[in-house]
Amino acid sequence: MSTRGDAAYQGPGSQPRTYRRPVSILWWLHKRSYAFFVLRELSAVFVAWAVVLVLLLVRAVALGEAEYRGFLDWAGTPWVVVLDVVTLAFLVLHAVTWFNLTPAAMVVRVGSRRLPPAAVAGGAYAAWVVVSALVAWLVMR
Amino acid sequence: MVKRRSEPLLWLLFSAGGVMAAIFLPVLVFLFGLAIPLGWLPEPSRERVLGVLGHPLVALVLLGVCALALFHWAQRFRYTLFDGLKLKAHQGVINRTVYTLAVVGSVAALAVLWQAVAARAG
Repeated sequence: MSTRGDAAYQGPGSQPRTYRRPVSILWWLHKRSYAFFVLRELSAVFVAWAVVLVLLLVRAVALGEAEYRGFLDWAGTPWVVVLDVVTLAFLVLHAVTWFNLTPAAMVVRVGSRRLPPAAVAGGAYAAWVVVSALVAWLVMR
Repeated sequence: MVKRRSEPLLWLLFSAGGVMAAIFLPVLVFLFGLAIPLGWLPEPSRERVLGVLGHPLVALVLLGVCALALFHWAQRFRYTLFDGLKLKAHQGVINRTVYTLAVVGSVAALAVLWQAVAARAG
């Protein structure tokens, strides 16, 4: 039974017995685009760390003056600063790749006309700038 | 294994979390992880920061940002483990672990933000 014109196809429910070359665990280092893909995936780890950082801040601020002071001192220690620099770099990577993909994931229509992809991405970047400015203003004013 | 029915919801949470993380987290890490601790910007007083973070509306937004970002992390991280580290064979354990962590983290976010709202209120 070769309904798919495939010599290895042996009927429904059966696994085709094809040879699979073992793939190295470092397969993603073989090509720049693969490495970039994995870096983008890894950004999620830093997203999680950013959430932890924000919650540590909220907790410290809720507890009191001394705890707030302690948080800022801790955040200023070299290892935490290095971690946060790397975190910020990955967050920007995440944001840029996310916004650039937005037009592909979301088709925006105005009336019957489709908004050009560049406008959708532009809107996402604009939202980023506005929210960042608003947060900075709320905290620093 | 995560049931097939829940996959669309998990992808929705992933996308929503991706947007929230992209829009809100860079500025927060820049301000409170670098600029303020390193003295690039004048240090806002605790009252000022509590006044903002403990505002019920801000806390609600932050709860959404934190919870959705954690579900975004869970989705991406499990695929990193499946593909990057070739651990697809263990997907049952991995799915349970990452989503349990996302739920625990979200509950922690709720508790901490509630503390801040209560502290601001008096």
